[in-house]
Amino acid sequence: MEIVRLQDIWVRHQDQVILKGVELAIESGEFLGLIGPNGAGKTTLLKVILGLIQPHQGRVEVFGTTPQGLGGKRHLIGYVPQRSLIDWQFPASVFDVVMMGRYGKMGLFRRPNSRDKEAVLHSLDRVEMGEFAKRQIGQLSAGQQQRVFIARALVAEPQLLLLDEATMGVDAAAQERFYQLLGNLKRDFGLTIVLVSHDISIISTHVEKIACLNQSLYCHATPTEVLSTGTLEKVYGCEIEVLAHGKIPHRVIREHP
Amino acid sequence: MTEMFHYSFMLRALGAAILVGGLCSTIGVYIVLKRLSFIGVGISHSAFGGISLGFLLGLNPVATAIPFAMAVAMTIGVISRKGRVSEDVAIGILFATAMALGVIFVTLAPADNVDLFGYLFGSILAVSASDLWLIGILSFAVIGTVILFFKELFFLSFDEELAKVSGLPVEKLHYLLLCLIAVSVVISIKLVGIVLVSALLVVPAATAFQLTRSFKPMMLLSALLGMVSGVVGLIFSYEFDLPSGATIVLTATAIFILSLILSPRARGIRLR
Repeated sequence: MEIVRLQDIWVRHQDQVILKGVELAIESGEFLGLIGPNGAGKTTLLKVILGLIQPHQGRVEVFGTTPQGLGGKRHLIGYVPQRSLIDWQFPASVFDVVMMGRYGKMGLFRRPNSRDKEAVLHSLDRVEMGEFAKRQIGQLSAGQQQRVFIARALVAEPQLLLLDEATMGVDAAAQERFYQLLGNLKRDFGLTIVLVSHDISIISTHVEKIACLNQSLYCHATPTEVLSTGTLEKVYGCEIEVLAHGKIPHRVIREHP
Repeated sequence: MTEMFHYSFMLRALGAAILVGGLCSTIGVYIVLKRLSFIGVGISHSAFGGISLGFLLGLNPVATAIPFAMAVAMTIGVISRKGRVSEDVAIGILFATAMALGVIFVTLAPADNVDLFGYLFGSILAVSASDLWLIGILSFAVIGTVILFFKELFFLSFDEELAKVSGLPVEKLHYLLLCLIAVSVVISIKLVGIVLVSALLVVPAATAFQLTRSFKPMMLLSALLGMVSGVVGLIFSYEFDLPSGATIVLTATAIFILSLILSPRARGIRLR
C-alpha cells in the first residue's frame, strides 16, 4: 500500500528552483534513505510531505489525502527535525518535550492526563531514555537528544517517521545504536521510515531503498542497484567513494567517466 | 520610610507595581524564549501613538492605546508572516510611523490634556483608583488566557514548526501572543512609561532564564522578580523623587546582573 505519493512536485524559493518535478511513491513498511548533497532540497521534500511547504505545482498525497486535509490523522506522520534547528537551551525537560508530541492529539484546553503521562514514559522506555525524563534537554549527549526526539515522534503513534539528518553530530557508537533502534521500530510496529542524510556510506548499509535527490529525483531503488549504476556521481556531480559494510568492510571505488 | 504607606496614591502605585510587574514578566518569558524582544520594543513605542490619540480626543489615553497597540501588533504579525518584508524591518517601520503619528496628535491636542512626561517615563502619582481597577481586570484576563492556552503557548515557544506539524493553530496562537503583549504593555505604561516598559518584558524573564532549567519555575520566578522589581523600584522612586519607570527597570537590571554572577548557565555548568 502506498502511503505517500508525490506527483510532479515543483518548489521555488524566490528565483531559485529547489525541487524540479519530483515523483516519489513510498510504500507502507518501506525503510527509505533519501540522500543527496547539501542544498539538494532534501529537507524541502520532507516539509512538502509534512504540509509545511506548499509546492508551487504538483500533487501531494499522504495517507490518501492532502497534508492539509489530514485533520485528526495528522499524528500518523512523526517528524524528527535537524538537531541544529532545536533550541537546546530551552527550559524544557525530556518529559516535557516528549509530552509535546501528544498535544496535537489532546486538543485545545485539555491537560495531559495519566494516560498521556504513561504514554510518554512508555515511549521514553522504548528508546531507553526513561531514566533521563527529568533532565533538561540541553544536558544530554547528541545521541540521547536524537532518541528523545524519536520518542517525541513515537508518542503520537505515527505510521510514518520522517527523520532529517538524524545522525549529524552523533558519534559512531551512538549511530549504530540509533540504526538498531530504527530497525526494531520497523520490525515491531511496521513503521515506514524515511531517513534523510547526506552521508551515503552509513545509510546504504541500513536502509532497504535509496532515493537520490538533487533538485530532481534521480532514482529510487535498492542500495546495491544505486551503487552499481553510477547514479551517485550524477547526483553529487563528482566521483564518490563508498564504504560498503559487508561481512568484510570494503571500499567501492569506480573510475572517473 | 513607612510613612509612604500612609498615602493612598502610593498604595495604588504599589498595587499597580505588583500587578504589572508580575504580568509583564510572565508574558516576558515568551518574549525571551521566542526572541521577540524587538517586537516588545516596537509595540510599546508604538503605543505612544495610541496614548497621544487619547490626549487629542480627550479620552482616557489607556483606553485608546489598547486597540491602537493591538492593531500595530497584528500588523507586525501579518506583514512579517505574509509580506515580503522581514520582521525586524516591519517593526522598524511601524513603530516609527506610530510614534510620528503620536507626535502629531500630541502637538494638536489641547495643552491641558497632556501629561507627556508621566506617560513617557512613568509616574508614581499617575495611578488613579479606576486605573488600578482596569489594570487588575486586564491583568487577570491576560493571566487567565495564559493559563487556558498554557500547553499550546509552551509548545509554540519551543518550536513553531513542530507545533504546526502536530496540528496546533500556530498562526492564531502567535497573534494571540502578540495581543497579550500589547495589552500587558499598555496597562503598564502609567507606572513604567512608554520608553521603559519593554525592559520589564525582557529583564526579569532573562534573569529567570539564567536561574532555572524548566518552564514553570522560570515563569513563576520571572513573575516574582517582576513584582519585586516593581515594589523596590517604587520605593526608590518615592525616596529619591525619581520617575518610577527608571527606578523599576534599574532594580530589575541590578537583579539580572546578580543572576549572571550566580547563574549555573552563565558559569557553563552542564551536567553532561
